[in-house]
Amino acid sequence: MYVYDEHDRQIAAERVAQFRDQTERALAGELAEEEFLPLRLQNGLYVQRLAPMLRIAVPYGMLRAGQLRRLARITRDYDKGYAHFTTRQNVQLNWPAIEDVPDILAELAEVEMHANQTSGNCIRNTTTDQFSGVQSDEIADPRPYCEIIRQWSTFHPEFAFLPRKFKVAVNASEKTDRAAIQVHDIGLQMVRNDAGELGFRVHVGGGLGRTPMVGPVIRDFLPEADLLTYLEAVLRVYNRYGRRDNKFKARIKILVKALTPEAFAEKVEAEWSHIKDSPSRLTRDAVERIQGYFTEPDYQSVDNATELLAKQRFENRGFDQWLSHNVDTHKKPGYAIVTLTMKETGTPPGDVTDRQLEQIADLADEFSFGEVRVTHQQNVVLADVRQDRLLELWQAIVPMGFGTANLNTLTDVICCPGGDFCALANAKSIPVAEAIQRRFDDLDYLYDLGNIDLNISGCMNACGHHHVGNIGVLGVDKKGEEFYQISLGGSSHHDATIGKILGPSFAREDMPDVVAKIIDVYVDKRTEEETFLDTYRRVGIDPFKERVYA
Amino acid sequence: MPDVISQDGSIRQDDWIVVPRPAEGESLDIPEQSKALIPADLWLAGYEHFTGRDDIGVWFDSHDEPEMLVGKFQELPVIAVNFPKFSDGRGYSIARLLRERFGYENELRAIGDVLLDQLQFMKRCGFDAYVLRADKDINKAARCLNFFSQGYQAATDTDLPLFRRRAS
Repeated sequence: MYVYDEHDRQIAAERVAQFRDQTERALAGELAEEEFLPLRLQNGLYVQRLAPMLRIAVPYGMLRAGQLRRLARITRDYDKGYAHFTTRQNVQLNWPAIEDVPDILAELAEVEMHANQTSGNCIRNTTTDQFSGVQSDEIADPRPYCEIIRQWSTFHPEFAFLPRKFKVAVNASEKTDRAAIQVHDIGLQMVRNDAGELGFRVHVGGGLGRTPMVGPVIRDFLPEADLLTYLEAVLRVYNRYGRRDNKFKARIKILVKALTPEAFAEKVEAEWSHIKDSPSRLTRDAVERIQGYFTEPDYQSVDNATELLAKQRFENRGFDQWLSHNVDTHKKPGYAIVTLTMKETGTPPGDVTDRQLEQIADLADEFSFGEVRVTHQQNVVLADVRQDRLLELWQAIVPMGFGTANLNTLTDVICCPGGDFCALANAKSIPVAEAIQRRFDDLDYLYDLGNIDLNISGCMNACGHHHVGNIGVLGVDKKGEEFYQISLGGSSHHDATIGKILGPSFAREDMPDVVAKIIDVYVDKRTEEETFLDTYRRVGIDPFKERVYA
Repeated sequence: MPDVISQDGSIRQDDWIVVPRPAEGESLDIPEQSKALIPADLWLAGYEHFTGRDDIGVWFDSHDEPEMLVGKFQELPVIAVNFPKFSDGRGYSIARLLRERFGYENELRAIGDVLLDQLQFMKRCGFDAYVLRADKDINKAARCLNFFSQGYQAATDTDLPLFRRRAS
């Protein structure tokens, strides 16, 4: 993965010194709260319901073992000994003291980490597919492009005060979209044109929140070299013309919709025509330099361990289930992609203790070349595990709580921190996730139900991506009481769809029953090969309505 | 007489004053003794009268389109861009367009809600004079202009992004 050079180190150190100065001026009363607000947000610091919250960037989800160990130490020294993996491949600390944050950032900078632009009305962490570089069907490894975007967007002087936050995601697989690019402000799908040249299909104006939208395509093919100049043109049009009078209408999706995607694209093209041949046009050398950091690890030349695994599966049912659900095919023979689930029932989805962070670091060193990837589903991936060591790995992770073989099932819930932690939330989300996990605790039944994305957000801001859950849950406040609205049929994949609201909302204690009824309808109506989403798309929302509100 | 900060953080005083947009039905009130920055569209409306004067410049508000003065920028001794609120980032794009697209070379001044922590961004986008909001400590400007020794991306201050500088 990317390693800092002297330029990156210098910029990171200068950033820490700057924020230390800003924090001192804020604590001395020289900066009004509203003046300090965007400065601290762009360094990841929120002031939350119970305490400050620090969101640490994990660029495109990649972490080294040493970085995990440093995070563990930071949670011990400055927090309460645990951290939270977010739905945008970042890590959050829930209890740091404001005056400690400059020291925390200095500790992070030592291991080439930061909290830059993890919040605020600026360009946020660029996210991608957690299987980048190890899956067989990708056009090219998207991570070098994410790093190129990270560098371009870091402290961009023109775009530090956009109308609203701005999120970019890149996907490289032709068949799957694990990065949910069509619900981002900019979604970049890597493609090759007829001449075999590498480029991007550009979606602009997708997003969740109050006005969920699937991002329309504004350019079918953007050549690789033009990536940054084109992004700059999109951002400039947005910075100049995005609405600033109403926070809820300030995202780029509102501008794209108001102008129409065609007219928006024309504006971007007109702007781009002035800057496309500027020195910001990428050079082959520059791309190759970054690609040089994302080369293959030192794979051994081994065959697939098909027979061994078959024997081990036969002898151990738990291992068999885990292999079927949490282990994916690797592009290299003899290797496998393993997803550690951070979804043990009774633990808030995505939460890990300091000890668990260290355990993950040890697992990475022992089994996967010292690196892990964080997923937007709040799990952790060991991307390069030898097949003949899978059993050993599984035996190690079950007692650690990472071996729940529920990946992509109903209980692999995406869930924001909700009203337990977040000042914005209208309702708690974690207890709803837990109640549903407890209700559906029979793994065989979960496997029979197949892949179902259940996404829970505690408010309209949609950090839990509820609009694109096959089953989406949104916490709402009704006269001071917490209720939950359900939507069905959402998808964040290539067939991106915004879910449809089922009807009036429910009390929290009713949620497990309501979800059970929805599942019953699916089980009644499905044909043999249909997923939940397939059945929903065929039969529509009415049968679900009838059952739930009967 | 405003205190004006230069790009290097030094402080000087000058007599450029900002003439606000007149209320509906009123006319522009340009003081006699002082150099005046007037709303850009009104300068254009009185072009015959104002052009060639070294004591009259213009200011753009954040929602203005600088394109309105295309071809005339070099006639202006000073252009100011107003930040009605520091969190309104449109002025940065206006500045870059003036410098990089329209080739404006004379003084470009940031006015309005100009705070210390935004100076570095303004500098990179081509502003070379800053009138800090009155309650802010002008002596800290030099430090705030220079927190960073370099940036990753090209802007007005350098057209070479770091990836090109790394290669050389």
